[in-house]
Amino acid sequence: MNAVSESWACAALVGLDGPALGRLMPMHLYLCPEGRVRHAGPTVERLAGGNLCGRPFAEVVTLRRPRAAADMAGLLALAGLPLKLTLAAEPVLSLKGLVVALPDGEGALLNLSMGISLLDAVGKFDLTLHDFAPTDLAAELLYLTEAKSAVTGELRRLAQRLNGARVSAEEKAATDILTGLGNRRRLEATLKQFLGQGRPFALMHMDLDYFKQINDTHGHAVGDVVLCEVAERLTDECRVQDVVTRVGGDEFVILAVDIVDPLRLEKIAQRLISRLENPIQVEGIDCRISASIGLSVFTRHSAPDPARLMREADMALYESKGAGRARVTVYIPPEPPAGGDPG
Amino acid sequence: MHGLINRAIQCFLGDTYGAECWSHVARVAGVEPGGFEAMLTYEDALTDAVLDAAVDRVGLPREMLLEDLGTYLVSNKEFEALRRLLRFGGENFLEFLFTLDDLPERGHLAVPDLELPDLELSEDAEDGFVIHCRGGWPGVEFVVQGMLRAMADDYGALALLDVIDRKPGRATLTVSLLDAAFHAGRSFSLAAGGR
Repeated sequence: MNAVSESWACAALVGLDGPALGRLMPMHLYLCPEGRVRHAGPTVERLAGGNLCGRPFAEVVTLRRPRAAADMAGLLALAGLPLKLTLAAEPVLSLKGLVVALPDGEGALLNLSMGISLLDAVGKFDLTLHDFAPTDLAAELLYLTEAKSAVTGELRRLAQRLNGARVSAEEKAATDILTGLGNRRRLEATLKQFLGQGRPFALMHMDLDYFKQINDTHGHAVGDVVLCEVAERLTDECRVQDVVTRVGGDEFVILAVDIVDPLRLEKIAQRLISRLENPIQVEGIDCRISASIGLSVFTRHSAPDPARLMREADMALYESKGAGRARVTVYIPPEPPAGGDPG
Repeated sequence: MHGLINRAIQCFLGDTYGAECWSHVARVAGVEPGGFEAMLTYEDALTDAVLDAAVDRVGLPREMLLEDLGTYLVSNKEFEALRRLLRFGGENFLEFLFTLDDLPERGHLAVPDLELPDLELSEDAEDGFVIHCRGGWPGVEFVVQGMLRAMADDYGALALLDVIDRKPGRATLTVSLLDAAFHAGRSFSLAAGGR
């Protein structure tokens, strides 16, 4: 700092008239030594609801932070500090402020700003750009707020569309195109879900009998119709909470929720088989099939291991196939003490 | 090209010439069936293909189509957000013109990867202005022309606009402000959702 500016630092520098002060600081309060408003900026008068001249500052503004001040001594003790205050006329609108003492005990200049409450104030008082000093960043803050909400809105809509696409892609990926049943992916996901929930259920592995002959004799088109009819009958026989999936050419897996009693399961399986044994009419051809079924059971006491459940149902199915066609076998776990290693 | 611009072209064609026009253009240009996403970026060539197909279909010169696009962006209700963002530039059309230099920065504040042309305003000898438009994509000066014409109308100003010089990557527009307060203009409140 050179000598000239140092001497200026102590002297009063500018004398401004009211309108000029108002343009520079539209939210100022120029206070006389007694603490009355000598001049107020146009915007603060708009917010405070009229002419403020002559009124004690404590009737116009309420100091909140760092502490309240009711007289000039209290106010000037806060000179230079960041202030938080409200207008008595607008107690919910939080303002920022700064007070400085004027030279020679001439009073004080208190300048106010809206800070973040700008958004509320603009709406409430229908402020225009002319209510702010052009040097104020109010317009930029409003601009950014609107730009941000426009962009966020676009992003939210994009996220919703993408999520919709994801859900439908996952649904497609887990669906067997021919029959509309779930596929192996659906089976694995549902198994994991049931095991995670600890929900008891039976896993019914079904393999169609005599289906290969239909395919070989009448062609794949007829075979496909038969598979669709099988899917329909199985869905029809099962409850809504059960999950019917097609996991291979003529292989189906059904997860039957909350049923673990071997006798009851055997009955259900027999009913499914006899339903499938009803001839299926395709273009005048009488297609006769049957099915072999192997079952495994998950209870709260079993280890939640999907591979083991599938393996046990496979073993039971293998036994059914070995015993002839149209059989049902429920896998019975070996007794732990006498049976040795179950693996 | 930014999805916002592609999306704007899509909305413009659909709203102005009908959904059938847009689906034809999209098919010819090879746009994905769902149309453009505003927040994704696409190859510039795709935007070009869309504009070519639109010119073919609509039967207007490219320049006119782009100018109409600019007007649409400011005056259509669907793009009210954009009109509002532009109106933050100033209280009247003249103030608005003076903020054109900041347009790319303002654009980046809103969408950091949005490419807008550099606009430089200078005062002309005869009570008018010259806007130098640099960069952006080919023909963007016509979109700017349409937008400025619509903004003048929005402010209630009477102004004449012309593209007088075009070279690759830059163009010059003239603005003659005949009457800054020709009519009342459209209302604007700083508050979002205001009257």
